[in-house]
Amino acid sequence: MIEVQDLTKAYGSVTAVDHVSFTVNKGEILGFLGPNGAGKTTTMRILTGYMPATSGTARIAGFDVFNDSLEVRRRIGYLPETPPVYPDMTVEDYLDFVARIKNVPAEKRPGLVSDALKKTNIEDRRTHLIKRLSRGYKQRVGLAQALVHDPDVIILDEPTVGLDPKQIIEVRHLIKALAGDHTIILSTHILPEVSMTCDRVVIINKGKIAAVDTPENLTSQLKSGQRVRVEAQAPEKPLRDALSQIPGAKNVQVQSARPDGLLSATVEGAQGKDIRSQIADKIVTSGWLLYELSSVSLSLEDIFLELTTDDATHAEPSN
Amino acid sequence: MTRLTQSRPIEGAKKTMHSFYAIYRKEMRQYFVSPIAYVVIGLFLFLAALFFNLILSGVIQNAMQMEMDSMRFGMPPEIDMPAQVMRAFFGLLSTLLLFIVPILTMGLYSEERKRGTMELLMTSPISETEIVLGKFLASLSLFAIMLIPTLSYLIFMFVRSEPVPPWRLLVAGYAGVVLLGGSLLALGSFISSLTENQLIAALFTFAAFLFVWVLDVGRNATGGIGAVLSYLSVIRHYEDFTRGIVDTSSLIYYATFIFLFVFLTVRSVDSMRWRRA
Ligand SMILES: Nc1ncnc2c1ncn2[C@@H]1O[C@H](COP(=O)(O)OP(=O)(O)O)[C@@H](O)[C@H]1O
Ligand SMILES: [Mg+2]
Repeated sequence: MIEVQDLTKAYGSVTAVDHVSFTVNKGEILGFLGPNGAGKTTTMRILTGYMPATSGTARIAGFDVFNDSLEVRRRIGYLPETPPVYPDMTVEDYLDFVARIKNVPAEKRPGLVSDALKKTNIEDRRTHLIKRLSRGYKQRVGLAQALVHDPDVIILDEPTVGLDPKQIIEVRHLIKALAGDHTIILSTHILPEVSMTCDRVVIINKGKIAAVDTPENLTSQLKSGQRVRVEAQAPEKPLRDALSQIPGAKNVQVQSARPDGLLSATVEGAQGKDIRSQIADKIVTSGWLLYELSSVSLSLEDIFLELTTDDATHAEPSN
Repeated sequence: MTRLTQSRPIEGAKKTMHSFYAIYRKEMRQYFVSPIAYVVIGLFLFLAALFFNLILSGVIQNAMQMEMDSMRFGMPPEIDMPAQVMRAFFGLLSTLLLFIVPILTMGLYSEERKRGTMELLMTSPISETEIVLGKFLASLSLFAIMLIPTLSYLIFMFVRSEPVPPWRLLVAGYAGVVLLGGSLLALGSFISSLTENQLIAALFTFAAFLFVWVLDVGRNATGGIGAVLSYLSVIRHYEDFTRGIVDTSSLIYYATFIFLFVFLTVRSVDSMRWRRA
């Protein structure tokens, strides 16, 4: 449904999106995950025809987003980073206006507006002026606007920003319910968002794609690897050196400033290798006291950090 | 898809009408929910009525004076009072336009850009031309609505005059205000499309109008420059209308002026996509 090939966007000397390629299948929810400034908004603006790419192509439903922009715009609903609302309109009038500019025929308009109000759970605010709504309600009006014309493709830029936890859960349910009939791309810098709602995740950082996979695969990919947490009474530098010497150990991090004088350290082990016994052995034979040794599996959060953090910070011996 | 649109030209035209009307309708509603529109219309009508009365009494006094003079010196009074009132009143309207048009056009595009709603319009299946025409005609309609009450002042004067002046004069005068207003609204819309700040848009629009007015002074210069400036002057053509003169060259002049700035606004909105590059 959506095919993006080598998409690149440069703002002057800043390359905001750098040779990005991915596809989204019909009915799928794709999560676009990346820290602030990664290039998520830029990518979405190109997909929606708001601005042209510097190079590369993107197609939606077979239409080029640049050459057949009007055909693409006919098929998409889009929630920009800030909800594009008119403060002096009522919610209902606003949605009616959006339905009109999306070419919804007059006889279908009232029904579709009601559906959108219902789906986003803002029926009780239908006659309120948008400027009187809270941030969360405005965000939901923005969401209603993106789906009022029942588009094939829905593009949502950070759809849960500004919502309270209860509303976030509602919006996630809504997005999940929309999938199947609609193809959805949503961007976020919040991890749980993708693991809970998306079928597939594109992790983007500094304009480049760092990984594309299902949330499950991304997690299990490094799950076979192991992270061990150690608490011990030992001198800091020798402990770090000792842990680093263990075959297969990497990313040794030692935190010292603990009130009880203990050191806590994390060590990552290579795939399929249990390094816990070696760690215990090392600490005991060095004459230090071992207080705790536990294994934590890597969460999506760790993978995200792993993929999006600079090598420079990894190279630092301790944090 | 090309084949489909080709085989259904009526569908395309209908779609354009719908999108254009959606924008037009939204703009008209926006005008009437904001207090600014009411304040501007109220102030405009108040000033127009006030000055109409001043002009009328001024002209009547003047006429009485001349009548008295003529009694003394035996010259028959030869003044066309309604025509004098009309010229003074339409002159006043053009001055009021200088202040009102910038307020009507300042937010047309700059507010859409600031609020981020331009992103909605630009990613919807409507063309830049539909957006620009919808907005332009909405501002022109509001302006026409403002003018309607002033019509009653002149009609009142016309029916009380002896003999009743030709109605052609009234029609020409109002055609002139609408065309002058349309030209200034087109210019103001264009300036609004260049900035995100509506205050800056209003100030620059006002400055542009002053420039046009000042340019008008130059038409009294002799030689080629005077002639060129005279043709280019927005005011000269307007004065013709207020004298009841409707000639084709004036009509072409205003049509060109409006078309040019509507076209430039379409280009400017279109280039917003590119300016982001
Ligand atoms: N209009 C612009 N002009 C110049 N640079 C921009 C513009 N928009 C975004 N950028 C830059 O492009 C990069 C990507 O921005 P963006 O796409 O907004 O990222 P994200 O949405 O992931 O936070 C950032 O470094 C940002 O500073
Ligand atoms: Mg963003």
